[in-house]
Amino acid sequence: MNETAAAHDAEPDPLAKHVTDTRPAPAPGPVRKAFSNPIASVIVVVVTVLWTIPTLGLLVTSLRPKQDVAETGWWTAFAHPDLGLSNYHTVLFEGGFGVSGGLLPYLVNSLAISIPATVFSLVLAAMAAYALSWVRFRGSDVIFFVIFALQVVPLQMALIPLLQLFSGGAHLGTVTIIPAFDLSGTYAPVWLAHTMFAMPLAIFLLHNFISQLPRDLMEAAIVDGASHFKIFRSIVLPLCTPALASFAIFEFLWVWNDLLVALTFAGGTPEVAPMTVRLAQLSGSFGGRWELLTAGAFLSIIIPLIVFFSLQRYFVRGLLAGSVKG
Amino acid sequence: MNARRRLLVAPAVLALALTAACSNSSGGSGGGSGSAAALTGDCAKFQPYAGHSGTKVTMFASILSPESDNLEKSWADFSKCTGIKISYEGSNDFESQLPVRVTGGNAPDFAIIPQPGLLAQMVKTGKVVKPPAGTVANEDKWSPVWKTYGSVNGTFYAAPMSANMKSLVWYSPKILKDAGIEVPKTWADLMAASDKLAKAGGAKPWCGGIGSGTATGWPATDWLEEIVLGSYGGEVYDQWVDHKVKFSDEKITTAMQTLAGWMQNPAWVNGGIGDVKSIATTTFQDAGAPILAGKCAMLQQASFYEAQWPKGTKVAADGDVFAFHLPAVNPAVPNPVEGGGEFLAAFSDRPEVQAVQDYLSSSDWASSRVKTASGWVSANQGVDKSLYTDPIDQLSASKLTDPTATFRFDASDLMPAAVGSGQEWKSLTAWFAEGQSIQRVTADIDAAWPQ
Repeated sequence: MNETAAAHDAEPDPLAKHVTDTRPAPAPGPVRKAFSNPIASVIVVVVTVLWTIPTLGLLVTSLRPKQDVAETGWWTAFAHPDLGLSNYHTVLFEGGFGVSGGLLPYLVNSLAISIPATVFSLVLAAMAAYALSWVRFRGSDVIFFVIFALQVVPLQMALIPLLQLFSGGAHLGTVTIIPAFDLSGTYAPVWLAHTMFAMPLAIFLLHNFISQLPRDLMEAAIVDGASHFKIFRSIVLPLCTPALASFAIFEFLWVWNDLLVALTFAGGTPEVAPMTVRLAQLSGSFGGRWELLTAGAFLSIIIPLIVFFSLQRYFVRGLLAGSVKG
Repeated sequence: MNARRRLLVAPAVLALALTAACSNSSGGSGGGSGSAAALTGDCAKFQPYAGHSGTKVTMFASILSPESDNLEKSWADFSKCTGIKISYEGSNDFESQLPVRVTGGNAPDFAIIPQPGLLAQMVKTGKVVKPPAGTVANEDKWSPVWKTYGSVNGTFYAAPMSANMKSLVWYSPKILKDAGIEVPKTWADLMAASDKLAKAGGAKPWCGGIGSGTATGWPATDWLEEIVLGSYGGEVYDQWVDHKVKFSDEKITTAMQTLAGWMQNPAWVNGGIGDVKSIATTTFQDAGAPILAGKCAMLQQASFYEAQWPKGTKVAADGDVFAFHLPAVNPAVPNPVEGGGEFLAAFSDRPEVQAVQDYLSSSDWASSRVKTASGWVSANQGVDKSLYTDPIDQLSASKLTDPTATFRFDASDLMPAAVGSGQEWKSLTAWFAEGQSIQRVTADIDAAWPQ
């Protein structure tokens, strides 16, 4: 969550300057100078290389046969290359526990979980953030504060109560407040859980962003007779695309990499289990096939990489919007 | 799992496409009553379980592929003939996930529980369903002690499925032969053989590893348990499990000294890996590798360690590696066997669940599983021993079903989780890794025992 924290530090600030325009624009000079300094460049390159080495090691290991991996370090592969795709073949095409076809069904499941969970939380959070920042109603500050405070509740604490709610409903005496939804064996509990757990941070981030949009814009829209929904759709959404995109990346990665929520809420059904669940089982009961984990890990980062690179320009804009433009 | 009540309310309130569209819930349980079509041909033997065609039961366990594939194969015929689909899910977070799902009201129909302690914890939730009469009848095929481990407070809940034998010593036939050592039959022989190997200066007699991720330390608990059982017999062992004999009791500290003289003897360990401390940092999976490399003669590990030998390793008395029964420390204790096993607990009493439960407790199923693949032993006396093809399975099966054996379940699986899968692991790891005193180790473990 460190990146997320960094993101919200960076986000609201730039637009604040943009809007109020009372403070002088920050000089781009020092930043640019810092980045063009040769020593800084060397440091950046060195850090990047250091940071990439473990991933490279993972890649090389995933291509080596089991015996080699057990006996020598991955770097020796450069001197005695004996690489092959057998680990990938095993991971992708050798089925396990009742679902044939290896990893691919789980890949589809992962997408079927991650995409809706990301979309649901973004849509709800964007609307909530708009309402909390631009719709005047009594208690909106309190609601915002409570949602913000909910961030301190650890996800793990909510697992069992939420599962009880899904499977047994909520009752007060004999009165049923929420009926028991028969959701087991579907994607729905996983979507709902991810959406709920994402809500506080998402609303907080987007609220900070949306509340800093220029008041003039909103007033002009109201004068022109736009409804709240119209304002939200035509003005707010296009303007906060960078914030939405950067949060979408975080949320997607979070859901994609999640194992705990999936294990708990997709419980008992390989038909809806995501890839992380399958990867956790790859090495076998006694860890005998751990060489498959390297290949599995590499396959699992392909989709997040695609998402990251396709949303990257929004991501950078979301983090830095305005700070250099002045 | 009150499916019917749920079906009444659910559509009325939440008819959202997202929940309804992919719901594959309970649905029609078809002809449950006696109108079952007669099964013929190869299927005839499944007649007692017929009449639940088109139903599905869920099963949750800690057994993963490839071992779980054999499990699924073993009941494939049953599923095909009776039409009961068994949806299996394995997870290595089983021990933490099962309580979450059960208390959350999302319990599976079946759980394969390897720890009697966890079974007791599940029974306390009130969600475990007592087995049907058919299962109870099958239990006469197990030795009475197994039925005890599947019971909580005297009530029988879970039928044993597999059994594994922990009291085995894997060894290199070549190293022992070259040193002119016979396979040891007594503890004194074993110690003499170790000493001889150590003095010969070639391969060290023992190697070991207790690393196992978050479960690091469990192999060390097995070593201690075997010495306690082999030194004092079953009665003291049971008292130790119940904490009537404390860890700081002289009997247990003496057992720890025996263990220290064996696996913490710098002249004897850690063949091909390093010094005594390296036992704590070596994973149990890697601990046997030096045996094949000729740098270590023996490794104490359970029968399931067979899966760790690389493909092509010949497991035989004249092969690359083989195993013998760890002898009793005290010759007066007859044939001590420490083992583990798995128990099938049901969380539902639907007729198809009971049919599956009956079948999986029968010797028919046990035989079917034995025939599917090696590396699995049933303690069911009804299994024909000639079905075992693997020499280690044969050895384990003969010891596990031996009526004269002093069989006891893995103590750390029976003790409260705070000790058995908590402090005991940690303290014994510290004992190996940091050389903590026996006094401190035992005091720490006793202090962690729940009051």
